[in-house]
Amino acid sequence: MYEYDWSSIPGALPFLAHGMRVSLEITAVAIVVGIVWGTMLAVLRLSSVKPLAWLAAGYVNLFRSVPLVMVLLWFFLIVPQFLQDLFNLGRATDTRLVSAMVGFALFEAAYYSEIIRAGIHSVGQGQIAAAHALGMTRGQALRLVVLPQAFRNMVPLLLTQAIILFQDTSLVYVSALADFFGAAYKVGERDGRIVELLLFAGAVYFVLCYAASRLVRRLQRRAAA
Amino acid sequence: MISLRNVSKYYGDFRVLADCSTEVRKGEVIVVCGPSGSGKSTLIKCVNGLEPFQRGEIIVDGVSVGDRKTNLSRLRARVGMVFQHFELFPHMTVAENLVIAQTKVLGRRREEALAKGTKLLERVGLEDQADKYPGALSGGQQQRVAIARALCMDPICMLFDEPTSALDPEMINEVLDVMVQLAKDGMTMIVVTHEMGFARKVAQRVIFMDHGRIVEDDQTESFFRSPRSARARQFLSKILRD
Repeated sequence: MYEYDWSSIPGALPFLAHGMRVSLEITAVAIVVGIVWGTMLAVLRLSSVKPLAWLAAGYVNLFRSVPLVMVLLWFFLIVPQFLQDLFNLGRATDTRLVSAMVGFALFEAAYYSEIIRAGIHSVGQGQIAAAHALGMTRGQALRLVVLPQAFRNMVPLLLTQAIILFQDTSLVYVSALADFFGAAYKVGERDGRIVELLLFAGAVYFVLCYAASRLVRRLQRRAAA
Repeated sequence: MISLRNVSKYYGDFRVLADCSTEVRKGEVIVVCGPSGSGKSTLIKCVNGLEPFQRGEIIVDGVSVGDRKTNLSRLRARVGMVFQHFELFPHMTVAENLVIAQTKVLGRRREEALAKGTKLLERVGLEDQADKYPGALSGGQQQRVAIARALCMDPICMLFDEPTSALDPEMINEVLDVMVQLAKDGMTMIVVTHEMGFARKVAQRVIFMDHGRIVEDDQTESFFRSPRSARARQFLSKILRD
């Protein structure tokens, strides 16, 4: 019978909290950049300039067809090199956090762009016709009429995607970056208490994500009312 | 002010509009009617370039709509349009709906645009609804706001695409009353509608369309008294029965 011993957790809390901060930072950057870049991709895919539309479609399909872990690994291997060459940084500078942020943002943008594209399609043709009839240009109609409604329709999906993204940040453990999951693993390894630490980390992920998804559902019901 | 010369439009091989020609003078009110699928909505959407057409020419106030060099946005800002399903912007209040194009398209100052919007809301009898969202209004109220929104742009003419077809019967008159008043004030109007009472009251001419063709284009009086084509007689007898 395995003897559970949770005593290593209290002392490790500051380290774990720092890990949580890293996870949340990566999540926040990936959400913001992902939505901005994802919106641009979605708009490009609807562009009448065909090569632009194809490029955007190619980007989205590429990132949606490869595993996230692989994308992250590529970025851990490529971005550090690139940054170090670009800014003449020493080999010792830790660029893993930035690489993780870039990797997630570019990956998530592909998913966000699909959500936003669906949102754009959910806005009726009549709305676009009305905007044009008032003299708005295509850009104005998109910015003032279509996108605000698209985002409003898509808020629940965007938030759900953000929750998934938060869970996925645990994948940065492949770079030994101490995000929340990575930190928990490290403490567990150090104290020989991996089982306890992973159970603890799992519980924390569950509580946060479940609470967040309940919140999204409440929001959704309020919006529908 | 508006002239259509031999306008034809195709969806692939299918001809939606065939050789449509007519003239609308300043201050004239024209009613366009015909069975569904006859191309009447398509025709007025060609007038402000919402629908492209392949042959012929449409000139609005000296500007050629089909010309690739024409700045369509600038032209549309001067041509008001009212849609069957109102198409107010649901994420904006009534006041914002009235202000947005004035500021973003015409470059008016916000206070000026708000004042203009308030004035036109009064004109359609909805001055107390400015802060509501369109979803909180009845269909008839929404359509009156849509008319006010178009009028905010100081249009040189107004296009109405079946403005009362989506309305409950008891709301049709409040919208028609606004349109009658507009006509009496001298607005140039092209109205696609089945409301023959409205046509009788204010239209100078009635255009009857069938299968993408303008079959009749006649003075209102003589259109109702003695429609020339069998198709129009048939249509009228059906529509006037109720």
